[in-house]
Amino acid sequence: MSNEQLNIGFLPLVDAALPILAQEHGFAEAENLSFKFTRDISWASVLDRLQYGHTDMAHLLAPLAIAATLGRGRPAKKLSVPFILGLNGNAITMSLSLADAVCPPGQLGDPHQVGERLKAEIISRRAQGKKVRFGVVHRYSSHNYKLRYWLAECGIAPDSDIDIITIAPPFAADALKNEEVDAICVGEPWNSVAVERGVGRIVLVTAQIWRRGVEKVLAMPSAALDDNRDRVHHVVRALHYAAKHFVDPENWDKNAEILARSEYLDGSAKLIRRAISDRVMLSQGSDPIDIPDFMFQYREAANFPWISQAAWLYSQMLRWDGLDYSSEDQKRVEQIFRPDVYRAALKGMDTPMPGANSKLEGGVESPLPVGSTQAQLTLGADPFFDKRIFDPTAVQSYLDKLPKI
Amino acid sequence: MRIAVIDENPVRAAIIEDGLAEVGECDVFVISERAGMAKNIETIDPDVILIDLGNPSRDMLEEYFAVSRAIARPIAMFVEQSDDDSIAAAIDAGVSAYIVDGLSQRRIKPILDLAVRRFQAFSRLQTELKEARDALSERNIIDKAKQILIAKRQLSEPEAHKMLRDHAMNSNKRMAEIAEAIVTADSLLGGGI
Repeated sequence: MSNEQLNIGFLPLVDAALPILAQEHGFAEAENLSFKFTRDISWASVLDRLQYGHTDMAHLLAPLAIAATLGRGRPAKKLSVPFILGLNGNAITMSLSLADAVCPPGQLGDPHQVGERLKAEIISRRAQGKKVRFGVVHRYSSHNYKLRYWLAECGIAPDSDIDIITIAPPFAADALKNEEVDAICVGEPWNSVAVERGVGRIVLVTAQIWRRGVEKVLAMPSAALDDNRDRVHHVVRALHYAAKHFVDPENWDKNAEILARSEYLDGSAKLIRRAISDRVMLSQGSDPIDIPDFMFQYREAANFPWISQAAWLYSQMLRWDGLDYSSEDQKRVEQIFRPDVYRAALKGMDTPMPGANSKLEGGVESPLPVGSTQAQLTLGADPFFDKRIFDPTAVQSYLDKLPKI
Repeated sequence: MRIAVIDENPVRAAIIEDGLAEVGECDVFVISERAGMAKNIETIDPDVILIDLGNPSRDMLEEYFAVSRAIARPIAMFVEQSDDDSIAAAIDAGVSAYIVDGLSQRRIKPILDLAVRRFQAFSRLQTELKEARDALSERNIIDKAKQILIAKRQLSEPEAHKMLRDHAMNSNKRMAEIAEAIVTADSLLGGGI
């Protein structure tokens, strides 16, 4: 039987790793699948190709899958997410002058302290007629939402105290260098590229803002998922094995080398190797430091599509797009994440599976064994930096309590 | 109607601009620089924006459309959501469009159809150019292989040609492939030609 070919869209980012490695290491073939890849530079193109049939599936920003389904900025088309490609893996990199003003050298900043100093710096630059400008990769990205969440809690109004502009990841380092922006919030390897070029310093990683924040997802048109559920199960299994393989230190050198190839990330294997091993070089020439949980690709059911995580992203979309809460929209959003498909695909295997589909986000303070099937599953601490807890059944009251800024 | 064509490839931009001139009743503006793009769009204040699908600035533009009050808010692709086939054709051709909400489909359709045709024409042109270039380099390598055979085997030019051709036919390969093998082998073995 010949393998069924699937075309997968992606952007050159480290967290596009799982589908690429599933193909390269034969996990796709073991499921009678063959993945082909279409690389783009903008998320708009990834989304266009996915929605109009150029690709079958895509590596996509989780909030963009939600925006596309709700029809924000373009005609609504329903997407489904059966598998999470990773948590976190992003950083905030500042120009050297801004970094020096807000964060002691040689270490990762403390989110509260950096926020406080940043606020003072914004005020002092304003007195000189300058406005601090941040670059994020997309309006509908977890980067944008985590950055804004952090800023707002620190008393900085993202829409008036500073400017936030959109910048494609491959141009982020250039933008820092040319002083188009003072800071960027992007995924790897693009922070490290800026550091290596000596145009920026990594000050925070997004895992410090939300320890277990959902990042990229595998998205596909809902109609295609319904048409051939069995095929999606095979895809989920191939990605699951790729994830398991990805986190094994034995495989890091080889995987970094594959991802660095010109047809994939077309980047430096050295920088990619650092990101996938949770090591980050904060400033040019310094020794890389270990940042546990920098990227999260497999452990603790990281690939499980928690509908409470979709609901958190929805709450931030309401907050920053100035929309009114709608229980119908929340329902549409929660239907995008498909824990049922994930469960069905991995049923009977030895992988630990959560007992529930939804949880209190930010509610785990220390490692917590949870009800699960097959094997023991322990969820690690997942706090937001301000210790708030998100209850997906009370979105409006959560929003009411967040700083109005 | 005001149309902005954003394309970092000036040749393709010119081909589209030229085509749009035939549609009539529209002013066409070409933007080919990334720097200052938002400012340029604001000045042009277009009803329709045509941009190549792979343009790296698209996310930046969509953000600008979402927040800018300077121009009426354009939305991605067509006004009519039902027109999936035309959108798919546009994506196949590698063009995407942003259209100010409320413009009638009747007025937009001919413009998009034209953009699609022009994009297709451009990529055909590219393919033909590449084929021409490949053919040229194939001829060069065959000539080089013949020179090697003439020098090393003391053959005449027609004999060298025949040897290459026969060998290609017998091994079911193209002459250029055989020629390339000869040239590579010769340079590995010390060459001298």
